[in-house]
Amino acid sequence: MIFTLAFRNLFHDRIRLAVTLVGILFSIVLVAVQLGLYLGASRMITANIDHADADLWIMPFGAKSFEDGGLLMGTRERHQALATPGVAQVTPLVVRFTEWRKPAGGSTRVVVVGTDAEDGAVKPLSLKTGTWEDIKAPDSIAVDETYLKDLGVDGIGDTAQIGPSRVKVGALTSGVRSFTQSPYVYTPLSRARSLVGAEGSDLATFHLVKVYPGQDVEQVRTNLLNRLEGAEVLTTGEFHQRSLRQWLFRTGAGVALIGGALLGILVGTVIVAQTLYSSTKDHINEFATLRALGSSSGYIHKVILTQAGLSAVIGYVLGMVLALLIVLASQSTPLPIVMTPQLAAGLFTVTVFMCAISAVSAIVKVTKIDPATVFSR
Amino acid sequence: MTRKKSAAPAAKENKPKPKPEPVLSATNIVKELGRGAGTVMALKGVDLRLVPGELTLLMGPSGSGKTTLLSILGCIMTPTSGELTVAGTKTAGLSPDELAVLRRDHIGFIFQSYNLFPTLSALENVRIALDVRGQKGYEAARRCEEVLREVGLGHRLRNFPGNLSGGEQQRVAVARAIVSSPSIVLADEPTAALDGENGNAVMELLARIAHEQGRSVLAVTHDPRTLPYADRVVRIEDGLIVGEERRPEGLDAPEITDLTKRRKAHA
Ligand SMILES: Nc1ncnc2c1ncn2[C@@H]1O[C@H](COP(=O)(O)OP(=O)(O)O)[C@@H](O)[C@H]1O
Ligand SMILES: [Mg+2]
Repeated sequence: MIFTLAFRNLFHDRIRLAVTLVGILFSIVLVAVQLGLYLGASRMITANIDHADADLWIMPFGAKSFEDGGLLMGTRERHQALATPGVAQVTPLVVRFTEWRKPAGGSTRVVVVGTDAEDGAVKPLSLKTGTWEDIKAPDSIAVDETYLKDLGVDGIGDTAQIGPSRVKVGALTSGVRSFTQSPYVYTPLSRARSLVGAEGSDLATFHLVKVYPGQDVEQVRTNLLNRLEGAEVLTTGEFHQRSLRQWLFRTGAGVALIGGALLGILVGTVIVAQTLYSSTKDHINEFATLRALGSSSGYIHKVILTQAGLSAVIGYVLGMVLALLIVLASQSTPLPIVMTPQLAAGLFTVTVFMCAISAVSAIVKVTKIDPATVFSR
Repeated sequence: MTRKKSAAPAAKENKPKPKPEPVLSATNIVKELGRGAGTVMALKGVDLRLVPGELTLLMGPSGSGKTTLLSILGCIMTPTSGELTVAGTKTAGLSPDELAVLRRDHIGFIFQSYNLFPTLSALENVRIALDVRGQKGYEAARRCEEVLREVGLGHRLRNFPGNLSGGEQQRVAVARAIVSSPSIVLADEPTAALDGENGNAVMELLARIAHEQGRSVLAVTHDPRTLPYADRVVRIEDGLIVGEERRPEGLDAPEITDLTKRRKAHA
């Protein structure tokens, strides 16, 4: 009967129900979009770091993110690192902004990422068309299919120029987007060096370190730091965090996204609390009657909480439908919104929490009911 | 349901009828309402006992304290002073939730404006009275249907209050009050909103509940049409009990048309 009563109370006043649901819907969609953008941005920012099969990253001191490494370290550092106890493998990686000249004129900034895939450090990022072998062909590079237009090319086989060198699209990745909006251009290490004007050198932006199985990563890090001067050594997790901090918090973007989500929760809570309170006020005589009939206060609280819970579930379902439509629509934009099962579950928790908080004022209201009012109607 | 007319055979043997134990007894109840300068002494020392199997009417002018007394007897309001015992439990010092339990276990209420839940059907309105007592499921539903049939609403189970006449709504309320088999039924002006025929039907029901089910029924009223159904009439004025009449032994309820007239005739 608690459920029946809650359900009927809720559906008795359709307009109020609509307002409640719009409130929850608004919250869910806002929170979903904000957090989905945050997730999408995070993934973009750290995709290259997360894809690398490395335990430790050796980088020039103060490198803020994947794109901010400079070109400083050479073979000397590599050998020093290789000689460090516990180190199994050291792979150089070149990452550098440079100019891409479109075949039809004009240019755009790209990020050249150079690595030798057979070293195993950076797995070719979701190659969609072509293989790593295709990228090893003369002049060949891989770019993401979503940036073809920005790069002024149509697809495999098209050519452009980076610096003085001709490049040819030999493979395509899918869904590898760049937070800086400068497309990544993947190519083997030596070609990358020549594309960024360091032809023939042994320079690298990062050295990716694999430690021997069973080795204490912290210990290896300390060993590395003792040998390498002016370099920093971060675990993959730390570098991931540092990149996020750089792009999402130094720039304020992340704060805006999370702030927006919190605002969504706040507005939703206020709307639901308001409608639930006014519903309880409208049904106050019924609650007083229940009390007169001898119901416990817990029984009445359960009716209100069930009303809140029902609103949460209905609002969540509607909100998620709308949020998923928005997520779908965002997939072709420069910053696609990401929805994960965890985020969906998190949103449900937020919704239930929001509705439970909203029920507080209504519960306080019924707690003050004087059952004597049942006779004075 | 508790104590059925156990006294009946004894009466035939012409022995003095043993007085049934009261299920509710109120002693020297005082109630002040309002605060400060606006304080009203609604009850000024009321004594009242209710025994099983009797329909008692509480009559008095408007503002005399009837509703206040009913609220106190029903453990809905606490008296300023005085002692109230319900089904053997002294109510002094009980918490609101303990009072709720006392109401739940022993008292059924009927209100002037029915106080039905507009969003629940007749059957559901009765079921909720069992539901708050933790009685759910098929058995409870069947019991509710049975009681609704008893009050003549077997054909209105799925109707909502909005689709029932006033008389039917009050009968739903009666069913709700008795479904849990309380020993005490308290009704505040149960016929005030009803026309003669419907009012009589409800009073007949209350009399049957008292006589056939052995409950103790107290109805507040100022409607003289209710008199024929009473076993006993208590009069209240200005917060004090000013008189009490009892239906003489051997008289069937409908024959005592007006106790007031009878008293005047005696005088
Ligand atoms: N909440 C209240 N505050 C102050 N006075 C009240 C309150 N409720 C009732 N009264 C007064 O108490 C007296 C008894 O009221 P009540 O029991 O409702 O009378 P009845 O039911 O016989 O009409 C009346 O004088 C009424 O005005
Ligand atoms: Mg009254």
